[in-house]
Amino acid sequence: MIGQQAAEGLVARVLYSSAVDGPGNRAVVFLQGCDFDCAYCHNPETRNLCDHCGACVGACPAGALSIAEGGGEGGERRVVWDETVCRDCGACVRACPKGSSPKTRRMTAAEILARLERRKPFLSGITVSGGECGLQAAFLEDLAVAARAAGLPVLVDTNGSTDYSARPRLVEAAEGFMLDVKAWDQGVHRALTLAGNDAVKRNLGYLAGAGKLAEVRVVVAPGLVDAEACVRGIAEVLRTAGAAGRTVLKLIAFRREGVRPARVALPGPGREELEALAALARSEGMGNVVIV
Amino acid sequence: MRAALDAVRDRSLTVSQKYMALARVAESTVKALPVSDAVQALRDSGVICDLYEGAAPFRPRYVVPDYGRFVKQGSAFLGLEPPRDLDEALASLLVLYRHVPSITGFPVYVGDLDALIEPFLDGADEDGARKAVRLFLLQMDRTLTDSFVHGDLGPRETRAGRLIIEESRKLKCAVPNLSLKYDPDLTPDGFALLAAECALDVAKPSFANHRIFSEDFRRLGFEDYAVVSCYNGLPKGGGSCTLVRLNLAKLAPLARDRADLLERALPEAVRLQLEYMDARVRFLVEESGFFESDFLVKEGLVSFERFTAMFGLVGLAECVDAHSEGRLYGRDDEADAFGLEIVRRISEQVAAHRAPCLEAALGRYLLHAQVGIDDDKGVSPGCRIPVGREPELTAHILRSAPFHKYFPSGIGDVFAFEPTARRNPRHLLDIAKGAMASGLRYFSAYAADADVVRITGYLVKRCDLERRDRTPDLQNSAVLGRNAVNNLGVLDRRVRP
Ligand code: SF4
Ligand code: SF4
Repeated sequence: MIGQQAAEGLVARVLYSSAVDGPGNRAVVFLQGCDFDCAYCHNPETRNLCDHCGACVGACPAGALSIAEGGGEGGERRVVWDETVCRDCGACVRACPKGSSPKTRRMTAAEILARLERRKPFLSGITVSGGECGLQAAFLEDLAVAARAAGLPVLVDTNGSTDYSARPRLVEAAEGFMLDVKAWDQGVHRALTLAGNDAVKRNLGYLAGAGKLAEVRVVVAPGLVDAEACVRGIAEVLRTAGAAGRTVLKLIAFRREGVRPARVALPGPGREELEALAALARSEGMGNVVIV
Repeated sequence: MRAALDAVRDRSLTVSQKYMALARVAESTVKALPVSDAVQALRDSGVICDLYEGAAPFRPRYVVPDYGRFVKQGSAFLGLEPPRDLDEALASLLVLYRHVPSITGFPVYVGDLDALIEPFLDGADEDGARKAVRLFLLQMDRTLTDSFVHGDLGPRETRAGRLIIEESRKLKCAVPNLSLKYDPDLTPDGFALLAAECALDVAKPSFANHRIFSEDFRRLGFEDYAVVSCYNGLPKGGGSCTLVRLNLAKLAPLARDRADLLERALPEAVRLQLEYMDARVRFLVEESGFFESDFLVKEGLVSFERFTAMFGLVGLAECVDAHSEGRLYGRDDEADAFGLEIVRRISEQVAAHRAPCLEAALGRYLLHAQVGIDDDKGVSPGCRIPVGREPELTAHILRSAPFHKYFPSGIGDVFAFEPTARRNPRHLLDIAKGAMASGLRYFSAYAADADVVRITGYLVKRCDLERRDRTPDLQNSAVLGRNAVNNLGVLDRRVRP
């Protein structure tokens, strides 16, 4: 890193403690920006990058947002968020026409670790999530390396659109990857996410082969996801990589609350459907299947 | 006479609860203690309170027998030979428990249960041992009907410890309350995880910081300690003569401003509470005859040199709020710093005092963060952050931790978790370990839907909390729990995701 500028991440949020982002208690770093547009997205405000149009500023009841003319590096105008007076009311996010949020900050890995310093005794590690954290791979790599050195192993929670085989230093430094498989059929994937899934499938095999695939997740959303094909496809890839026995397969029941209604028609799956999928996964050789 | 008749006629008390009520009425008719007008004035205003201890102390409030010694030597008074196998050991312990005095009539400490039982598991088959342990726990719950009955586990993993935790989890009883003495060097993760899983279901065991407790007690001149009653650290083989508490929430309005509080009102109240404690201790030691006549003393299960007394305080949050011009304790660094200054001053003054007739710890009284009584309204336990304004989980622990070092005889925080925490019990273990590493003395947790609920320090079964008919409770503490739910909002604790 000597002589090199430390990469900055565009961070939407740092959570000091989470029970649901990997084993044990983990800090979670959410990065802003995602290249998929999933119909069932629960955090659409983390998808797009803010273009500093200023439309949210007037919506803030706390005076936490302001416009700095010429505040950007190239002298362009910036929307500035004051974390200390923000009440976390969400009005700005609702007001944003771009599906973004003004509540982001640029941070280096060192800055994130400094924030977590007092929390270290409580943590099993850090999970980096999003948005899609793979889109900021240079920063992610820095964070994984620095956090590991600080005794906080990093789990990468990703949609798999980034080719991780091109990032061996990241893969080596990370404790593991938690990979979402949104859909198996290319057409179904495109309909659901407005993007293809070739990279996802390549990552599935590559990370499993590298021994870094901690968990694969399938959100079971009737009418949107070909869950059965996902289970069969994942199992086949993992068997080939010799990782089917050890890798966790999480079947996550889709919940309609909090998603954009325009893109979702059906309610979540029933218990029987989930159980049947779990049974299928086991019969396909998956050794660790969890229903959530 | 009126109070006695009321007790006799009360449809909500069992007969044995009536005995206790009548004994309290009788005791209140004597004026055994010299109480100065200044002390009485503070008692009348609720600043100083002896928590129903009675007007003529005839037994120490907290008796912490050396059960290890009992198991080795039996008891001449009780006519018991030293036990030779598991059945005899458990039967002997259950006999002794009935004869360990306290304020409620039930023992506040039932031993370091795993260490006591472990030697008797040699050669015992798994099923038989499990059944014996289950019946032992069951009998405690149904006969020692008071949730201040407390047993300790750890810090090492033992077969007995696992059995006790596993069976407690299945039984879902309020009694006994349990602490795991946790030391990262001595307590393996697997054992601690078993404890965390059990806590989510039945609110016990809590994690007691073994390093901090054992260091504190060593420094005070004691070989060993136990965690008893709610979370009170006390010398093993001794105990505490009395617990009197200073209600800082009620003291606050008697001071004009911060300076007046720190320089006048507080030191004066501390001085008067010490005076009152001295009088209570002196009566117990010199007049009651307990230390001359009780078989626990004669047989060496407790000894006078290991009896101290507890200086309690309650309502720090409200006291700080009252003198912080809108800044809130638990939210604002400056308010917290003022709270710490109050505690530091109390600690210094108490440490400088010497009880006239105690030998333990050179006559020093030990500081205790009292959890409150059921009719306290708007008085937060000890130094706790009030329900309703609790910060994020780890921030909460880090804010609380600096207070814990001042309280060798007990302080603790309680956290409610989402029921989904059961899917990832390592999360709870990580939090508990972080709390211990950050200097928290005592950490309690439960899932928000647990069958047993931690009220302030003690436990009550959820079904007893929810009961609304006015028929008798088997457990004394169920009625305390119901009142505390109304007055302190314990069911409204922030639920941690
Ligand atoms: S979330 Fe914060 S920045 Fe956004 S509108 Fe509310 S107070 Fe303002
Ligand atoms: S968050 Fe949205 S509304 Fe606010 S400045 Fe950025 S793009 Fe505009």
